[in-house]
Amino acid sequence: MAHAGEAHAAEAHAHAPQAFIWRYVFSKDHKVIGVQYYVTAMTMALVAGLLAMLIRVQLAWPDVDWGFVGRLLPMGFQGGAGQPFVMNPEFYSMLFTMHGTIMVFFVMSTAPVSGFGNLLIPLQIGARDMAFPFLNALSYWTFLPGCIVILSSFFVSAGAAAAGWTSYPPLSALQGAIPGSGMGQTLWIVGMVFFIASFTMGGLNFLTTILNMRTKGMSLMRMPLTMWSMMLVAILGLLAFPALVAGCLMLLFDRHFGTSFFLPAGLVLSSQPLLTPEGASLHQGGSPLLWQHLFWFLGHPEVYILMLPALGFTSDLISVFCRKPIFGYRTMVGAMGAIAFLSFIVWGHHMFISGMNPYLGMAFAVGTILIAVPSAVKTFNWLSTLYKSRIQFTTPMLWAMGVVSLFISGGLSGVWLAQAGPDIHLHDTMFVAAHFHLIMAGAALFGVFGATAMWFPKMFGRLMNEKLGKVHFWLTFVTYYGTFFPMHYIGLAGHMRRIYDPYQYPFLKHLQPINQFITVSAIILGSAQILFFVNFFWSAFKGKKASENPWNANGLEWTTPSPPPHGNWPGEIPEVHRWPYEYSPPGAARDHVMQHEPATEAVPGH
Amino acid sequence: MSTGVLQQKPGAGGTLGRGPGEAAPGDGGGDGAPGIIGDTARFGLMAFLGTISMLFIGFTSAYLIRRTSLDWRPLRAPGILWLNTAVLLTSSVTLEAARRRLRGWDLRGVMSWVAATGALGVLFLVGQVVAWRALGAQGVFLATNPHSSFFYMLTGLHGLHLLGGLVWFLAVLVQVRRMAYVPGEDGLRLFATYWHFLAGLWLYLLFLLFVL
Amino acid sequence: MGRLQGLMFALATTVLVAGATFYFTKPWMPPLMSDRVAIDHSIFLSLVVTGIVFIGTNLTLAWFSYRYQDHEGAQAAYWHDNTRLEWTWTLVTAAIMVAFLIHALDLWAKIQSAAPPDAMVIEVTGQQFAWNVRYPGKDGLFGRTDVKLASQENPIGLDKSDPAANDDLMLLNQLYLAQDKPVRIRLRSMDVIHSFFLPNFRVKQDAVPGMTVDTWFVPKHSGDFDIACAEHCGLGHYRMRGQVHVVAQDQFETSLKAALE
Repeated sequence: MAHAGEAHAAEAHAHAPQAFIWRYVFSKDHKVIGVQYYVTAMTMALVAGLLAMLIRVQLAWPDVDWGFVGRLLPMGFQGGAGQPFVMNPEFYSMLFTMHGTIMVFFVMSTAPVSGFGNLLIPLQIGARDMAFPFLNALSYWTFLPGCIVILSSFFVSAGAAAAGWTSYPPLSALQGAIPGSGMGQTLWIVGMVFFIASFTMGGLNFLTTILNMRTKGMSLMRMPLTMWSMMLVAILGLLAFPALVAGCLMLLFDRHFGTSFFLPAGLVLSSQPLLTPEGASLHQGGSPLLWQHLFWFLGHPEVYILMLPALGFTSDLISVFCRKPIFGYRTMVGAMGAIAFLSFIVWGHHMFISGMNPYLGMAFAVGTILIAVPSAVKTFNWLSTLYKSRIQFTTPMLWAMGVVSLFISGGLSGVWLAQAGPDIHLHDTMFVAAHFHLIMAGAALFGVFGATAMWFPKMFGRLMNEKLGKVHFWLTFVTYYGTFFPMHYIGLAGHMRRIYDPYQYPFLKHLQPINQFITVSAIILGSAQILFFVNFFWSAFKGKKASENPWNANGLEWTTPSPPPHGNWPGEIPEVHRWPYEYSPPGAARDHVMQHEPATEAVPGH
Repeated sequence: MSTGVLQQKPGAGGTLGRGPGEAAPGDGGGDGAPGIIGDTARFGLMAFLGTISMLFIGFTSAYLIRRTSLDWRPLRAPGILWLNTAVLLTSSVTLEAARRRLRGWDLRGVMSWVAATGALGVLFLVGQVVAWRALGAQGVFLATNPHSSFFYMLTGLHGLHLLGGLVWFLAVLVQVRRMAYVPGEDGLRLFATYWHFLAGLWLYLLFLLFVL
Repeated sequence: MGRLQGLMFALATTVLVAGATFYFTKPWMPPLMSDRVAIDHSIFLSLVVTGIVFIGTNLTLAWFSYRYQDHEGAQAAYWHDNTRLEWTWTLVTAAIMVAFLIHALDLWAKIQSAAPPDAMVIEVTGQQFAWNVRYPGKDGLFGRTDVKLASQENPIGLDKSDPAANDDLMLLNQLYLAQDKPVRIRLRSMDVIHSFFLPNFRVKQDAVPGMTVDTWFVPKHSGDFDIACAEHCGLGHYRMRGQVHVVAQDQFETSLKAALE
């Protein structure tokens, strides 16, 4: 053990003088790769966030004159020459399609998982790097082209994919069904394949590293809950993404090679039947529902991929800033495991009214309703952790509390939707948009912000500004609810999703003021993020210098300098003698005992 | 080597250790064996094979559902497919022969058998192309009917994975030439795992497309 | 600064609870005009049960944020397990969820049950971007359709050579129903997936090309109501609206005849 540590320390010195390109660009160091993922994902978030602003303005004021925005984005607007600029309906479809696609995959799967997973896994389990460092670098350099491909789709002549992030055929399969279903949809498929390849490489790395490279004493049940979430997410990704690959391939073939995986016979587009030159139907007995099954087989585990890391971060953050062990560690592990397992058998709840066999609908309702149980258990455990604790409301703690709040709000509306009957009224309404923006997007976003505030000092050796961080939190927290909570109400009123101009419908006209309220909240929410970017970049250069363990936390990552050197520990990797939640143990000199501290009479191992 | 010490024998000392609340006097009770799986690279490969399997399971479910449609016209397997199957299975046999030679210190034998494996792999792919062309000559193409669509797609994907395997084979060949594998050990194990997986996958696809 | 944050968080959470509760008491749902009152009851039940949980957990969160803030001399309790407590809340939650599940499955079975044999059958075929409504006419039979005959004037490709087609009645975006008479909608699509949404009737069903899906209900009140499309179907998705007209049974024939002129 000692020899390997010394050997590696020597190796580390030998590595030191490396060209910039190998050290910071094509690096195999998990910390560099993690930052690369994080920065790229946050950049994609800016793009997807802007798309959301455009959507919201359109929904609030469909008749507004877009003015200079229309001039700036001629592909999306019509007007000029004395006429007001009006958004094209097909552009609106591209906006919500690409907002969803980019946010779900390129931001909210990437930042928490590929970003923080890479940053934290070797540090928290006590390893020098990931199991496959070259594969790790390759995974990032597969991700980046995916981003470029997906963004480039906006600039092809007929525009970006416009069939929704769910890309249901025939709308996505027939090139004439909507302008974005031309080249744009093909680029969407290509971008997704890059993304999935990248995520798969990451998943292999995460799983192997966590299972195989933990330091001495770091049993699975002594891992921080963040690590459990990363391991489960890796398993989910490895098992679920292939279904979407299969679907994407078949969609590609339907689009370009005349196959009929998803396209049934007898299609008529724009009053023209789709026939072969001989007069037979161009397509045969394909099934649009097949795509839905394949998509949601991935789609449902995917939303848990987004959410589980946030749940892991939250447990760890709450424990640190309450100076109290997480309540029910074993149960928390079990609950995350149950959620991960159940996520594979509930996909059909997205398809209750799709026309699939109603008995199938019943089967899916069972798992969906039951998934509330482990979710509730986690919430109760967080509350129990707060009980009789010493809460220190630092910025990371505020974000963690925000996750708990959003988890409750967003999770409970899921109970409504899980029951297939009410879903008849609520499906494809803004009620669903409220649900997933609160629980999935919200929890993931707040988790990322919390993790950033927490581990920024470790990564950059400087603390983020607390005051700015708190202002950012409050603006975000309040306006996040202001944006998404009212969507429950308009959804109950029947307000559909993906509607360019809702006020064409008499029964929705009275909801315009609410849409306007939501839009104003959203604009403030978006603007508030400027504070984050300012804080991030300013603190990286000018922030107060951080010590090895600024938060007095217990994990192994806090036993090495901030930032850690290549190889993570200058000397040997510490040995572990207890779990990471030893806060305020009775009889101890300080209010926490770190994982690597040797067991003594006063503080035995755990 | 940095990872050396972290690779321990699987199952040493009970890897799950004790949970919280089960403090033992003295050293906290956690065991010292971090590596559950032992061989890191092999685990990574097995996980990847799991992913590939899920891909083909996805296609399987699509196939089984699609097969219930009225427009399903079963395809007859082009005869050369059976020859290709024999070629691929033989390549697994030659690969095992190479492994045995390596374990038995017969380095020249390793080279011959490894080369044979690669050659058979290439022959298999050529045979697949011949099968495609045979179907094409009968007017059966990708979009002709659902069964043909699945046939071309699944054999194409399998072929693509085999092509990847051949790229790996080239790396293996280079290693064998440079005598980089340690005689007496099982250096070909990883490659063999992938190669045999592809053979098994091929048998499964044949079964799915033409027997089931 | 630390104590202020706790207070703010407690306050914010309390405001959320108050605001959410207040607005959830308002009648948001479109007035119910069909027999599917059980859906409304399920939604109300969901509101009450999840509402209680929402209020309870959030007020607990708020109280703890305020009460357990760190201060001079504070000590956190080293308490991190209580098996009995955990079992209790797990089983209670599971029991509530199972109750919801049973209730939900029962409701679903009823809605998905076969339409009564005397239901009026109407075919609705969605296309980009309109609803083609077809009545079978006096013979009660729908005429054959053939896509090869589809055109601007004949959107669903009705085959006039089929005798059953002669008395088929076609309307565009208008649906006439008779009050208190069960109706079975045969839902189809010409091109992409649409979704037939009647907000006042708690009816929503995807119209999938290549499939014919049935859904049935009973209109209980007369009046004019909206039809909307609830599945993204292209650039005209936002304007794929129609109207449902429910008239008294004795006026149904005349209303329908008037609409066709």
